Amino acid sequence: MFKFVAQRLLQTLVVLFLVGTITFFMVVNAPGSPFDAERNMPPEIRANLMAYYGLDQPQHVQYWRFLTRLVLSGDFGPSYKYNNRTVTELIAESLPVSAELGLYAVLIAVGIGVSAGLIASLRPNSVTDYAPMSLAMMGISIPLFVSGPILLLVFGIWLQWFNVSGWNSPADKVLPAVTLGMYYAAYFARLTRGGMLEILSQDFVRTARAKGASELRVVFRHALRGGILPSVAYLGPALAGIISGSFVVETTFQVPGLGRYFVNAAFNRDYTMIMGTTILFATLISVFNLLVDLVLVWLNPRLKFES
Amino acid sequence: MPTDTAPATLLAPEAEEGHSLWQDAWARLRKNRLAVFSAVVLTVLAVVCGLGPFFAQDYAAQDLARYATKPSLQHWFGTDTLGRDLFARVLTGGQVSFSVGLCATVVALLVGVTFGTVSGFYGGRVDMVMMRFVDILYSIPFPIFVILLMVLFQRSFLLIFAAIGLVHWLTMARIVRSAVLSIRKMEFIEAAEATGVPRRRIIFRHVLPNVLGPVIIYTTLTIPAVMLLEAFLSYLGLGVQPPLASWGVLISEGARSMEEFPWLLLFPAGALSLTLFCLNFLGDGLRDALDPKTSKD
Repeated sequence: MFKFVAQRLLQTLVVLFLVGTITFFMVVNAPGSPFDAERNMPPEIRANLMAYYGLDQPQHVQYWRFLTRLVLSGDFGPSYKYNNRTVTELIAESLPVSAELGLYAVLIAVGIGVSAGLIASLRPNSVTDYAPMSLAMMGISIPLFVSGPILLLVFGIWLQWFNVSGWNSPADKVLPAVTLGMYYAAYFARLTRGGMLEILSQDFVRTARAKGASELRVVFRHALRGGILPSVAYLGPALAGIISGSFVVETTFQVPGLGRYFVNAAFNRDYTMIMGTTILFATLISVFNLLVDLVLVWLNPRLKFES
Repeated sequence: MPTDTAPATLLAPEAEEGHSLWQDAWARLRKNRLAVFSAVVLTVLAVVCGLGPFFAQDYAAQDLARYATKPSLQHWFGTDTLGRDLFARVLTGGQVSFSVGLCATVVALLVGVTFGTVSGFYGGRVDMVMMRFVDILYSIPFPIFVILLMVLFQRSFLLIFAAIGLVHWLTMARIVRSAVLSIRKMEFIEAAEATGVPRRRIIFRHVLPNVLGPVIIYTTLTIPAVMLLEAFLSYLGLGVQPPLASWGVLISEGARSMEEFPWLLLFPAGALSLTLFCLNFLGDGLRDALDPKTSKD
């Protein structure tokens, strides 16, 4: 297992290096510059700014500086858009907000999704199967940028149960978390149902029933551990999806999180901010995928640690 | 009499068997009412969107005198804040969404099937190198890259196709590879090789037809995913540029003025959701029909 983790961490480092390098050269070679928004900037000032941030130097020099700064001091440098703020500061400020939103979303997704899938799998092809599964099908067919504005319209504007935007009171967190969570709940429901149906038809479940175990015990003690595997495997992609989904949800509900920064940074050509957010997202996804793989092996010892 | 019919059955046993397998799948699919209904709805939607320009009004014609009017007999879906007919815009948006969905899926299909077939068929070291490559690409957060790509470079239709197609070929390659790998070991391939059938003929005549099932299933599930990604990019303002519209563009425009003019959001949102709903149902139905062993997930 130690070898497996070490190998995967090494692979993660390679991936992060690739992500960083590709992003860097893509960003630097893209048309436009961080100071395009200020239209009437005299050329001398502009040249001064470019020199100040080292943007006038050859690309490989800039790349080397970015790499050494990041590796040696874990620093992404100053933001080009938010004066006198470093990227690390800005991320430290907004990451907790996004993490909170993401946590609620995952709890909703797993809690509701897995329960719905479980219920559906107990009596396949009955009402308790069709009802949650049709809802789940609707869930995966209605994208976040549709459900977000519509929930906002109905519950924020027409019924006025919640504020339209902001992230202050606990009530403000309901709509964004529900929007983000319900979409992935639909996937978890479908995966749980499929996994449970497969396990429930296996011999060891029949044996458990035959020796007189109660239905409750059969489901929770015997079947759930295997039936939940597809859902656990989906946790990795779900996290990646929740991160990119947060771009939409945070914009729709005006949540001051990292997702909004990422999109704005790309529009503003805020080079350092783009690098910072991209590398952070890539790291989160890689590390989380590794954790998920470890949990998968723990749940299903038949899997072996392979690279 | 028997001597007359015997050669005919001897000549085409292969074709007949293949035929009957597909017929089985077709029969299973037809029994799935939701899937059939979805296919019908999709066909109607595609035809209406495709024929839109011939009977609907001009999607780009502005008329500020009819600023954001409610749905009426003259403008079925109402008009937007520039006085453009929303029905025509939804149809145009549908054309864009459908064509992006189809073209990007074809990109993913071609690249993925080629890559997966080569990797699975040649196996060994070639396979290991090619799959490691896929693994590494797989762990790159692609939506993030696609967004960067779209923001940073000139937005063109071609780039949207390429960017989206490039994301989805990875899964296709993996699916095709594992299918080819298992077929490769079967005896009829060995027999073909032993009788000196050229490699290319083995691949096209014997291997590829047998991986068609999983490929079809994954393709139907890729189309909605691709349309979703296109709409997502358009929603962020990274898709097609005005006055052209896609459903994502219309939804983001509608979301901005939904407080006063909710129909601007609801119609395009409904069109996109209905399409995705039908595509997902059809994909599920095809999976059940072509691969009855695996249950729905």
